Amino acid sequence: MKKVLHTPVSAEDLKDIHVGDVVYLTGHITTCRDVAHRRLIELGRELPIDLDGGAIFHAGPIVRSTKNEDGTETHEMVSLGPTTSMRMEKFEKEFVEQTGVKVIVGKGGMGPNTEAGCKIGPAIHCVFPAGCAVLAATEVEEIEDANWRELGMPETLWTCRVNELGPLIVSIDAEGNNLFEQNKVAYNERKEAVLSDLYEKVHFIK
Amino acid sequence: MENNENLERLTNIVADFTSLVGKRLPDDVAAKLEELSERETNPMAQMIYKTMAANQEKAWELNRPSCQDTGLIQMFVSVGSKFPYIDELADVLKEAVFRATQKAPLRHNTVETFDEKNTYTNVGTKSPWLYWDIVPGDDRVKIHVYMAGGGCSLPGSGKTFMPGEGYEAVVKFVLDLMTSYGLNACPPLMVGIGIGTSIDSAAYMSKLALMRPVGSRNGNPLAAQLEEELIDAIDKVGLGPQGLGGSASVMDVHIENSARHPSVLSCAVNVGCWSHRRGTIVIDSDLNYELLTHKGVEL
Ligand code: SF4
Repeated sequence: MKKVLHTPVSAEDLKDIHVGDVVYLTGHITTCRDVAHRRLIELGRELPIDLDGGAIFHAGPIVRSTKNEDGTETHEMVSLGPTTSMRMEKFEKEFVEQTGVKVIVGKGGMGPNTEAGCKIGPAIHCVFPAGCAVLAATEVEEIEDANWRELGMPETLWTCRVNELGPLIVSIDAEGNNLFEQNKVAYNERKEAVLSDLYEKVHFIK
Repeated sequence: MENNENLERLTNIVADFTSLVGKRLPDDVAAKLEELSERETNPMAQMIYKTMAANQEKAWELNRPSCQDTGLIQMFVSVGSKFPYIDELADVLKEAVFRATQKAPLRHNTVETFDEKNTYTNVGTKSPWLYWDIVPGDDRVKIHVYMAGGGCSLPGSGKTFMPGEGYEAVVKFVLDLMTSYGLNACPPLMVGIGIGTSIDSAAYMSKLALMRPVGSRNGNPLAAQLEEELIDAIDKVGLGPQGLGGSASVMDVHIENSARHPSVLSCAVNVGCWSHRRGTIVIDSDLNYELLTHKGVEL
């Protein structure tokens, strides 16, 4: 059965979610990456949006904006792909604490700082399969808000209404378990085993 | 005048081909992903393969670049010495990337080093990066167009070993890279390995290796065997799609090699991600073209 989280997400909602689970998100998610993290944490600037119980996407999307007759703009999501979450690692614990964000979506693993943040929040970090940006874009029903436009297209905070955005693979759960770290241990063990076999096969220099 | 028209046409062919490469994977890569997907037994990995396939379908249907990172463009150009537009070709290729950027549209990925400013055109100093190879007597040009994404360019590295460290050091270097940076480079990966006499030639060969079709083998039987052993070894590590675990880690491993100085053994590795956007086009002197990697597609 499809597990769908709805924003605002509560601590209770995250209780039974574990690393390796697949979830989908319905409600709102805002793109939020390097500069937004830096502004909030390093420069102490308040975010222009309320993320309590909300979701962020580490992504730099491609958006097509058209001017309407009344001067307002309509934005269409063309491409929404995750960017490497690890770049936000050093900010994420404080980010979770300060904003109350509950779901962080990105690419690849994150580290101990985010694990700590997820435990305190509580919050979860999920991976959206990278390279699948068109699919994610089609799961956006509408871009409802755009803040900090001066940062340019990739860094703007685009608030999207989404319908079952996913698959989102839980990589850090609210207990701070970290799927990528667990996998890394297994990969390194297997690597040592295959290397000792390989060494025997490459005695080309005799 | 006619020459100008022809140059215009040549530019548009390369521009349209470049946009195509961003939207649709080459036939060999698409087929390999399908094969890996069918062979996969891990349910999570199966789901990710399905998501990838759905994305490629949507990209084609909606005529959009399939990954948001359309990379920095690199080209391998084998131009015949009798190709009539050889003199203008470098300018044509640069202009083609500029046009593809507008048409596709490609993400603005070209940042000038030191000035650290985005050019917003995807062309810049020595960008697109071009490798040249002159084919004596031929009147055609063959171009590999490659979109080097950020995530899959990051693992790129090399080292020159002492022969005493042997090929053992080479295989360790490759495997270590797979479990560190390779993991986040969107597996299943294309792994390109250059082995030779200095770091520059090894690096060049490691990228050239990524231009070879999936399933092709090195002409030297020992190197070909090592390719297969490495596929097997890296697959056993079980990175799976997205590095989240699965029965395969790679789409293929390609080794390119050259002779070496007796005192050194250089090795370099470049990887391509699952979204391995590479295309090969051959254009003749009358500007008829053939798409070797995207059969049945019209520009
Ligand atoms: S590594 Fe490849 S598939 Fe992954 S985000 Fe980068 S370009 Fe896209």
